[in-house]
Amino acid sequence: MTALQQALSTEKFAVTAEVAPPKGVDTTEMMNNAKYLQGKVHAINVTDQQSSVMRLGSLASCRLLKEAGFEPVFQLTTRDRNRIALQSDLLSAFTLGIENVLCLTGDHVTLGDHPQAKPVFDLDSVSLLMAAKKLQQGFDLAGEELEGTPTFHLGAVVTPGYEPMELQVLKMERKVRSGAQFFQTQAVYDPEEFRTFMKAVTELCVPVMLGVVLLKSAGMARFMNKNIAGVNVPPWIIKAMQETDDKVATSIKITARIIRETREMCQGVHLMTMGWERHVPAILDEANVTI
Amino acid sequence: MIITKAKPFPEILQSLEREKTIFLVGCSECATVCKTGGEEEVQAMRDRLQQEGKVISGQVILDPGCNLLEAKKEFRKHREEITHADSLVVMSCGGGTQIAQEASGKVVHPTNNTLFLGTVKRFGQFQQYCSMCGNCVLDLTGGMCPMTRCAKGLLNGPCGGANDGKCEVNPDNDCAWIKIYDRLREIGTLEEFIASPVQLHDYSVNTKPTTLLLERGRPGMEDK
Repeated sequence: MTALQQALSTEKFAVTAEVAPPKGVDTTEMMNNAKYLQGKVHAINVTDQQSSVMRLGSLASCRLLKEAGFEPVFQLTTRDRNRIALQSDLLSAFTLGIENVLCLTGDHVTLGDHPQAKPVFDLDSVSLLMAAKKLQQGFDLAGEELEGTPTFHLGAVVTPGYEPMELQVLKMERKVRSGAQFFQTQAVYDPEEFRTFMKAVTELCVPVMLGVVLLKSAGMARFMNKNIAGVNVPPWIIKAMQETDDKVATSIKITARIIRETREMCQGVHLMTMGWERHVPAILDEANVTI
Repeated sequence: MIITKAKPFPEILQSLEREKTIFLVGCSECATVCKTGGEEEVQAMRDRLQQEGKVISGQVILDPGCNLLEAKKEFRKHREEITHADSLVVMSCGGGTQIAQEASGKVVHPTNNTLFLGTVKRFGQFQQYCSMCGNCVLDLTGGMCPMTRCAKGLLNGPCGGANDGKCEVNPDNDCAWIKIYDRLREIGTLEEFIASPVQLHDYSVNTKPTTLLLERGRPGMEDK
């Protein structure tokens, strides 16, 4: 059982943060960023070609983190690989000691830095979860028996602020049925919006970790409101980020406040740090969260 | 119908760099409707190529451009003009261009890019509703194809990327899944869909290049 799985199953408040692999092979910054998270989080998510931008692979990065003593969450998208490659990467992950897997469809290639690339999407998040579940039962998607069976702790994502929310809930239900054991959400800034969402998914009985993107500026908040589906940064936060002389301190306060206000509603928090991993300890201190 | 879009003229001209005498081939069906290979466009191409110093040995509009026997029959009528030409400039879809090559044995140059199987919304406005995937799921999805109308071709529900009901890949497009769910709710089959098994597309049913041979005297419906 992974540390993250243990935290979620023992009703401890689980904490994850993410690091992004470099564009290139110099992993110094990624590894340094991870060090700030030492002892502060249960696991570290590693993004898979985030926003369809070509980078060092998530699997290799997960292994590097694992060797450095961290527990990784392998983010796996269906955008770039067909079902053969996805299942193979799942088997590879297990043999490399990586069991937390976050199954995502992934952004479309046109949004990234290789818009000419062929978008694969042979599977989607739901069928990827099903594939991982079948591997754990000793079979692949074609029904062929495996030599040695992997075990995974399977995660998925959901967007609480999506309009209409019902569609996300229905998709979430399908994900749970296909094998999702925990959820990390798209960024949420409004505790009331989150409360409504959590009420709607109570019956699914699955741990949910609230996602928060660390805000770096008012501009970034406005950009997300405009361009990222389901992200609604309320005006008071934008105002606070606009008027502050110390954006870092304000961002830390805001994030900690969201965690405090939502803590009782969910089973953990997932911090999307955007390179601000060094501020995670301060956020967790302020929010009074320890692992 | 097959939707085509004309290549930029300089690109066409460049492909004809080493050639002097050209025979033009159009199509009376899809390319005519798309205004990429009907009478009018073939005539305009003739004029432009002549202005560029090319000699046009002749022209024909095939009915349609993608039928091998029709192409062979028509090309026989224009045998002299075709023999005389360095190449055929084909104003049709990719299928028509290849048929022209097969029927004539000549070098062919396409003037169009072939885009998609299109439905006609109104004159000059085409939409892609079907990707010809070989395994129709429209019965399950309320008569709207997620394989085609969702940018990611998702078969198990929406991604989290729709903004105000619009697709994040192209905000001109509605999120297909929002429309599908609305429709399923309307016809009372939403719960059935949610409870249905995980959908996986079987790409083996349509491995390229596909062929289909109708058996004489048999109805089109399959028993098994």
